[in-house]
Amino acid sequence: MNDSMPTDSDYQTSTETSSANGFDVRNLDRRWIFLVMGFSVAIPMLMGLVFPEEPSQEVLDVFDTVENLEDGSKVLMAYDYDPASKGELEPMAAAFVRHCAEKKHKLYFITLWPAAVPMLQKNIAILNREYPEYTYGEDYVNLGFRPGQEGVIKVIVTDIKKLYANDVDGTDLNELSMTANLKNIQSMDLIINVSAGTPGAKEWVQYAATTYDIKMVAGVTGVGYTPLVPYVPKQLAGILGAIKAAAEYEEAVLLEYPQLRKNPATQEALRKMGPQLVAHMLIIGLIIAGNVIYFTDRKRGVS
Amino acid sequence: MRTSSMIWLSLVVVAGGYLAVRTSNGSMGRAYVRHETFDARASFEEQIQKIDDEENTLAAKGKTLPKKQILARKKLTTRLGDVDGITWTKVRSANRSELVGKDGNPDSAVVFSWSRTIGLWIAVLATLAIMSFLWGDNIFYKLAESVVVGASAAYAMVVGFWTGIIQNLFGKLVPGLMRDSVLPGLPGGQEAELIYIVPLVLSVLMLWRLAPVGGWISRWPLAFFIGATAGIRLVAYLDADFVQQIGSTIMPLIVSDKELGLMVGKSIGNIIIIIGVLTCLVYFFFSFEHKGLVGRTARVGIWFLMVTFGAGFGFTVMGRISLISDRFSFLFYDWLWLPKPGIDA
Repeated sequence: MNDSMPTDSDYQTSTETSSANGFDVRNLDRRWIFLVMGFSVAIPMLMGLVFPEEPSQEVLDVFDTVENLEDGSKVLMAYDYDPASKGELEPMAAAFVRHCAEKKHKLYFITLWPAAVPMLQKNIAILNREYPEYTYGEDYVNLGFRPGQEGVIKVIVTDIKKLYANDVDGTDLNELSMTANLKNIQSMDLIINVSAGTPGAKEWVQYAATTYDIKMVAGVTGVGYTPLVPYVPKQLAGILGAIKAAAEYEEAVLLEYPQLRKNPATQEALRKMGPQLVAHMLIIGLIIAGNVIYFTDRKRGVS
Repeated sequence: MRTSSMIWLSLVVVAGGYLAVRTSNGSMGRAYVRHETFDARASFEEQIQKIDDEENTLAAKGKTLPKKQILARKKLTTRLGDVDGITWTKVRSANRSELVGKDGNPDSAVVFSWSRTIGLWIAVLATLAIMSFLWGDNIFYKLAESVVVGASAAYAMVVGFWTGIIQNLFGKLVPGLMRDSVLPGLPGGQEAELIYIVPLVLSVLMLWRLAPVGGWISRWPLAFFIGATAGIRLVAYLDADFVQQIGSTIMPLIVSDKELGLMVGKSIGNIIIIIGVLTCLVYFFFSFEHKGLVGRTARVGIWFLMVTFGAGFGFTVMGRISLISDRFSFLFYDWLWLPKPGIDA
């Protein structure tokens, strides 16, 4: 271990010294920062702080890709995220479902993540609740999970029934009207992928979108956004990065389909932008404060 | 007892008491479900009616019903007598606002659920236990962490077993047996695909490492998997991340539009991309010492990399705040039943 690295006992000593000599911001216990950060997220939530959003061009590219498809097009909803990323990805996943349902697209739900099966069911519940005209097997189907990671994509681009003889409930795909004649996912008009990692958007781009020239858009976590940007626009028609893009996408959908505004669930990401703004302001303030202290100390010759 | 400890203890007692009172009078922390009962015969009749309606609509347009639909109706009509008296109940989560129907009377279909309430409280306690790590490492955090790891591994294993081994392996090797036992939905008349003996043998060889002797045998399937995966990935990377990315970087430095003329923003964007790609490539080129022109170019590359890392870090922070706001949302609205601003109040 590096000798110059502070240890827990150093922190304890410095905290005790600071409390003995009065408040010293240099030795502030990090738990105070956690507490303030907690308040900066909780208070805007409880106050219902919501800010107006204007969809950016990147988000409009994704929106237009879904919107410009003919009504009733075939869309593969590849949702590769688990409960750990639910807070970040669920709003955009739900917005995609609502947008596609407004366009009456045929939806094929699929996942490469075992823990994503309940996430698929939550999104399908939106169809059951808000779009009762959507019939299982005719308008949407839940293909569920298959192990094999990107190997699954590699197989289903040429022969889907080699891996998927049944849907998630064990129903023979030949008995469902929308899958009876489905050979592979090359016949999809669009792939919508919501991804929290590997396998996810990168693998769908590599094994399906690029190789077989299938149109694709993706919604990803903040961590996964920057490595995927080079794929836009040739290999990916568009990409949504984190909750900010989800909020903008919700706004784009609400502008096109204003009747959805009555449903509070359609503004989940928009509501999350209030806490985002306050928490980001706090972080910026802390970075500035930290730098001011650092440079002031350096000027004074304090180590 | 120290003053700070007294203050903390008092706060915990007051908060605990408040939660206990609210819980006991049913003002928070309860989960409800809606029971929906379905009748098989009514469901069949509804489907038949739907096909009849479609037939009438098509007839009005001078068209006939597709053969597939006619067969489906025939199948439904034939089985109508067999499903008499068969009913099933679907249980789904219900919001507490659904306790009272639109007519103002209590909705008898919505009932309190013990199992889901216990689940809710376990989720709350696990959330608080994980959050307690912010205070410092403790036994509650360790317990919750172990439960998450164990439950996730077990869940993935069970799902993998049923979908991978049962459905994809034995479903292909012995389809008849699987159809008669655990997979009734498997398509009928499916022939056994003997090629699937190969993955079965490889899987058994892989597990050989658990045997007391001959553990080295597991290296053969491992070598096969590594070789096959490397081959598959190499091709995908070469196409999607090398060839296509080179193609994407070949772009005009000066972008003009027939109507608008020079597109300044787009042109600057393209120039930045080209400079960024070239300078970053120079930075990762270690055959020359980073001095003189190469050194200065590599330094520009470092700046581009730093900006990329900064953007990535900013996005990561945004993601983490989303996660905490999601957990707070769960605690505030699903557990404590606080009013949602603009929705409940």
